[in-house]
Amino acid sequence: MRHRKYPFIVGFLIIPVVLYVVLVIWPYLQTFGYSLTDWSGVSQTMHFVGLQNYTKLFGDSVFLAALEHNMLLLIVLPIATILLALFFAFMLNVGGRGGTGGVQGVRGAAFYKVVFFFPQVLSVAILSVLFQAVYRTDDGGLLNGVLVKLGLEDANHPLQWLSDPNLTLWCIVGVLIWSGVGFYLVLFSAAMQNIPKDIYEAALLDGAKRTQTFLKITLPLLWETVQTAWVYLAIAAMDAFALVSTMTPGAYYGGGPNNHSEVMATYLMRNFITFGKAGYACAMGVVIFFITMILSVVSLRLTRRERIEF
Amino acid sequence: MGSATEYNRRDIFKRAAAVTVMAAAGGPLLAACAAGGGSGSGSGGGATATGSATNPFGVKSSDPLDVVIFNGGYGDDYAKAIEGIYKATYTGANIAHLATQEISGKLQPRFNAGNPPDVIDDSGAQQMKIDVLEKASQLTDLTVLLDAPYRDDTSKKIRDVLLPGTVEQGTIDGKMYSLNYVYTVYGLWYSNKLFKEKGWTPPKTWDDFITLCGTIKAAGIAPFCHQGKYPYYANYLILDLIAKQGGLDLVKRIDALDPTAWDDPAALAGVSAFFEIMQKDYLLTGTNGMTHTESQTAWCQGKAAFIPCGSWLENEMIKITPADFDMAFLPVPSQNGDKLPQVAVRAGAGEPFIVPSKAKNQAGGLEFLRIMLTKEASGKFAASANSLTVLKDGIGPDVVLKPGTKSSAAAVTAAGTNTFNFTYPDLQTAFDQALQDATNELVNSRMTPQQWIAAAKAATSKKV
Repeated sequence: MRHRKYPFIVGFLIIPVVLYVVLVIWPYLQTFGYSLTDWSGVSQTMHFVGLQNYTKLFGDSVFLAALEHNMLLLIVLPIATILLALFFAFMLNVGGRGGTGGVQGVRGAAFYKVVFFFPQVLSVAILSVLFQAVYRTDDGGLLNGVLVKLGLEDANHPLQWLSDPNLTLWCIVGVLIWSGVGFYLVLFSAAMQNIPKDIYEAALLDGAKRTQTFLKITLPLLWETVQTAWVYLAIAAMDAFALVSTMTPGAYYGGGPNNHSEVMATYLMRNFITFGKAGYACAMGVVIFFITMILSVVSLRLTRRERIEF
Repeated sequence: MGSATEYNRRDIFKRAAAVTVMAAAGGPLLAACAAGGGSGSGSGGGATATGSATNPFGVKSSDPLDVVIFNGGYGDDYAKAIEGIYKATYTGANIAHLATQEISGKLQPRFNAGNPPDVIDDSGAQQMKIDVLEKASQLTDLTVLLDAPYRDDTSKKIRDVLLPGTVEQGTIDGKMYSLNYVYTVYGLWYSNKLFKEKGWTPPKTWDDFITLCGTIKAAGIAPFCHQGKYPYYANYLILDLIAKQGGLDLVKRIDALDPTAWDDPAALAGVSAFFEIMQKDYLLTGTNGMTHTESQTAWCQGKAAFIPCGSWLENEMIKITPADFDMAFLPVPSQNGDKLPQVAVRAGAGEPFIVPSKAKNQAGGLEFLRIMLTKEASGKFAASANSLTVLKDGIGPDVVLKPGTKSSAAAVTAAGTNTFNFTYPDLQTAFDQALQDATNELVNSRMTPQQWIAAAKAATSKKV
């Protein structure tokens, strides 16, 4: 019955493949097409303009600023999130020293795990509302309220957080890290629990300290999970649309003050929806697509290591 | 420990995660760009001005009507009432009614597919920009509506019963593309109760305003707040100071994106006057970063004395305003050498209604607008939305106005013919955005009035 195998497989695959092509691949291709036109986004009338949108894009100071901000996120977000998540995951799983030579987390690890994962449960909309209250610019805000109470700042001139050009992007980074750490903590925890306990026990018997067990055992055995997390976070850093557009000041999709928190996605949406420059926006979409894809491939390649079998 | 199955399970999980991640890369963004197909060859319902006096656009009773209403501060009850009147006249019409806040999300795909609704209340944060739609030839020229007979008195034309400025507000290159239905007054607002308690007199000149602000601050109340995160509210005050100083001619030049308009000393005088608020530290603490709701709430709670806004303020804050607040309107105070009198106010038509050029029942859409401009519909709007319409004498004596609305209506009466309005926020989107960004810098004192003027002048080259 071997010859029946392929029709059987094809029969199962045909529907998902067709759906994928129609709903994912085709819109991608359409976007490439639209990026070569002066499409307004509100009618089907458009003219072919070649690569004009792309040449314009790389002379557009707002887009370049947005690109720069995304690159900054790209560096800060994965490093900070992964380091924090690794630290917490290590403490929760093998960081404890209670008991006799056992490998376990700090006291109350199960409780902490839930607490840390909690931000992941909240939707972006709730995050945005929550943190707008935290960053409120008068002393009614959580941060300013605390700082004023502690006498660290003048109650009449509290910090402007999201409205301060020097702080606004960092405020967004803070929210992204706060909401992301929990997920990676759980991801790393799951991977850590797969590391055989006897390896740790052997290390402990040899007198290894916490730092040594982490660097010599946990991290190497966790490498592939970290790599996945890295790619995932890099992609999140290329987006950041929802938080920037809802939290930062500025007309149409935020990005203010004066483009200081602009990311490529918010500038794309403003051009697409508000300014009726859909062709131009599609060109940005294509650029974002390629940057993200190149980043993913490069980071997977660069971090490739010999697989440790255990 | 480390058995093959365990290893594979992890591996599969990781790969699955990686694949999902790759597939998701920029996916939503790209998908957002992907348009629905569509021929875009909608023929339009053929609005002809050759109909009878009672049915000037030749509406066919059997044609369905597709209405989309922005469900914002004014709600959509009034629209249902208007649909009721339409249905009573054209009994065969099936009316599709959609009330939504996601105007562009719902309508952009429909415009692209050449299948837009017949009439749209195009408003709110997700408004589709009139200048963008016009440039893409998606709007019906409403001149036919202006020349059609007024339903309540067919000897008059619609253009004769509109308040002055209504036509201009929706006009691009000499053709009217949007009917701005709500008559809005802009200026400063305060609590009459608070002012009476403290013995403060509403100032008539800017010098008095600044002096009073000093008194207010000494009394422990912030003199001024604005809707920080949305700088266009502060622009009402800045641009009104400029308009009063420079006169109607300057207003026209600013709307026309004439770069030399910003060389007029009146422009710098206006911005500098506004900037005194920052220099003297009269802002409510934190107001620059607040949303409109946060700052308006603080104002309602008596934390700040003045706030700039349009006359929708009262309806918008109706649930939060204390019962004895006694909201009152103040025309923007005048400076020395103003070309317009102290009573002059920015007032005019807002809330644009449009009829798409590719609407299936274009005649029905136009007829819907004509019905809106009747005493019956106008009264229903005023009753349910606490606001005036652009129909002259549109409200009967039976409608009771709230104190803020009453006070702004009195200011309009006092102004007489001395009203002005800017069209750039509706019709010059890119310029408007640049001006808002500059104002955001100004209120944070990161920009001087001179730099603000330079930014405004540079922005005149920005068009969508």
